[in-house]
Amino acid sequence: MELFLALTVGALFAAGLYCLMLHSVVRLALGLVLLGSASNLLLFTVNGLQRGFAPLVPEGQEALTRPFADPLPQAFILTAIVINFGLLALLLVLVHRAAQETGTDDTRALRTELKDSQ
Amino acid sequence: MNPVVMHTVARMMAPVLLLVSLVLAVRGHDIPGGGFVGGLLAAAAFALQMVAFGRSAARRQLRVHPTRLAAAGLLVALLSGVPAMLEGRSFLSSLWGQVPLPWSDGLKVGTPQLFDVGVYLAVLGTAMSFILGMSRGEETTAPELGR
Amino acid sequence: MMPSSALLSLPMILCLGAAAAGQLTPSRAWPRRWLALMTMVSVTAVGALLLVTVRRNGIQAAQMGGWAAPFGITLVADLLSALMVLVTGLMGLTVVSFSAATLPASREAGAYYPLVLVLVGGVCGAFLTGDLFNLFVWIEVMLGASFVLLALEARQEQLEASIKYMSLSLIGSVVLLCAVGLLYGVAGTLNLADLSVTVPGLGTPRLMTAVSMFFLVAFALKAGAFPLFFWLPASYHTPPAAVTTLFSALLTKVGVYALARVFTLVFTQDARFTSTLLLVMGGLTMVTGVLGAVAQYDVRRLLSFHIISQIGYLIAALGLMTRGALAALIAFLIHYIFAKSALFLVSGATARVTRTYDLHQMGNLYRTQPLLAALFFIPALSLAGVPPFSGFFAKLAIIQAALRTQHWVIAGTAVVVGLLTLFSMMKIWREAFWKAPPENQPQEPNRPLSLGDGVLGPCIAMTTFMVVLGVGAEPLLELADAAAGQLIDPTEYVRAVLRERP
Repeated sequence: MELFLALTVGALFAAGLYCLMLHSVVRLALGLVLLGSASNLLLFTVNGLQRGFAPLVPEGQEALTRPFADPLPQAFILTAIVINFGLLALLLVLVHRAAQETGTDDTRALRTELKDSQ
Repeated sequence: MNPVVMHTVARMMAPVLLLVSLVLAVRGHDIPGGGFVGGLLAAAAFALQMVAFGRSAARRQLRVHPTRLAAAGLLVALLSGVPAMLEGRSFLSSLWGQVPLPWSDGLKVGTPQLFDVGVYLAVLGTAMSFILGMSRGEETTAPELGR
Repeated sequence: MMPSSALLSLPMILCLGAAAAGQLTPSRAWPRRWLALMTMVSVTAVGALLLVTVRRNGIQAAQMGGWAAPFGITLVADLLSALMVLVTGLMGLTVVSFSAATLPASREAGAYYPLVLVLVGGVCGAFLTGDLFNLFVWIEVMLGASFVLLALEARQEQLEASIKYMSLSLIGSVVLLCAVGLLYGVAGTLNLADLSVTVPGLGTPRLMTAVSMFFLVAFALKAGAFPLFFWLPASYHTPPAAVTTLFSALLTKVGVYALARVFTLVFTQDARFTSTLLLVMGGLTMVTGVLGAVAQYDVRRLLSFHIISQIGYLIAALGLMTRGALAALIAFLIHYIFAKSALFLVSGATARVTRTYDLHQMGNLYRTQPLLAALFFIPALSLAGVPPFSGFFAKLAIIQAALRTQHWVIAGTAVVVGLLTLFSMMKIWREAFWKAPPENQPQEPNRPLSLGDGVLGPCIAMTTFMVVLGVGAEPLLELADAAAGQLIDPTEYVRAVLRERP
């Protein structure tokens, strides 16, 4: 299972980086989505795949008796997803505006227009 | 798609979605749910309205400007941490109390719930400001989608 | 006296609370402006109080939410953090007052001030946190605010810069997140003090070095170090001068601070390798930055390249890893925040008179705006490291530290880059202030070319700081030395954070 997840992480990173290298703003954003997912999955895999209960002390007991899963990586991933979601939404708003202004999603179009205006 | 179906479904689903989002937000202290998911579901409810009736309709139904909603949420979440500071404990320490109710021995309320309310509002506001911001300039196309 | 837990969380609570409250006020310029000003004054006051407390009672730590140290979120203030929070508050105050004097009322009435407050809150959080994941979160808060500030009302030519800046920052965040995840996988904790204790005992120094490289790449990208600096000159010259000043003063410094933090506290297992790498990186950053500046004729692009070159000094000082070098790093950091901000503010003020940032189009400002000329001259000399201004002592301290550890190449590079910086500053002086105005300049006599009220105030304040830090360098160097002592020997830091544990 760990091997499978590790390979998936690698594939996601490769796909994300490939998208970054294309001359398209939308693919750039998609590439960043893939990279974000890859890093989250990496966090998940690196910290060990365990089966366990939520680390909550059951009612009437003093300590955790059942095997429990480490909640911190999950909290990290959740926070990272939220942050990634927020920043990517900002980027998408910007990409949307760039597409409206230039009529294309080609990054080179943005640049040539920059040269013209100077 | 038949717009009548779309409109009817959107109208019927809106209260259901909002109610479920509130249930999720309230139950989420130690079982799945919470302010974040609840806020996202509420935003989805408004997004459905936008798809069915257009951007301005969704904006009207939200009533408050989305960034103000997000700001209010942030403020509520921050304020939920302050009572602990006034008691000399560190910021965001949870304080719990019992509200006596006639039919049971009391409802447990605390500052984490206030924090969740703040998160709910902040997520709803932020998500809506993105969704509405992305659809800006498409006023003409959005209603056509649901006509 | 306020309990330290309240004092430590106040900068962030104040900034974020004021940002939210500001967004809730009606969309007018004055309530948001005054709220931002008052908040910055309070953050500065809290920073000063924090510095006094740490100086008197040692390192302060607080556990947020009452969760004990390695499990919850820890806020820690040592001298470096407290000093940085104080400087952040001062810079926030300067930028807000400069914005009030220069920005159009429509922009002031929008989300501008709340965003500035969120950014300052994020920066303070990054300086005060004692937990690596929390550091990641604060950096993202700061970046999110900077994205919107850069893209807010972006014109078409700014769109490319914004998209480039955002995507590179997001890639940096991905690298940082991977670094944090790998470190947690290896060490099982992300609390800086706890890491400082556990990492040496792990017995996997090579793995730790690999993880530390992830951190190096992520923070070097945020700091704008060679070879990861392209986003900086591409984006910093596009927003209004006030925003550029804020970015140049705070954003890259968080990267440098984070590098200093992790490489003094956590990744000390392979000091020879990391220090060589940092020295090479610092030297190359110095040189490429200053060489990039030589070719530029847009004032703000030119100054942006100088940010990079000065970051090189900081990274090289970190690479030397001695107490003297770290003290020099801290003194240089403080000096350089003020010097660079003064230059950006003055460039904004000159642009109000000349309506351009292009050096070819400027001229004669020495006669028409003598005060402005003086306000440019002092920080320019200070940045280049001419005595008796603050830059001289800071640069001298770095070079001395390099000579003492027999790093001749770095010392020589620092001297040469200092000379090139002087040359580059003199280019601005000659083109903008000294030479006769270009003949073909479109003369518009009916449009009065004036500075406007309150524009010079922040510039004067910054320049005064620099003169004070130069003439009275002794107390600053002493404070920097004490702060460096806390960085070199982390026992006090660890004890302050993990007090409850045996």
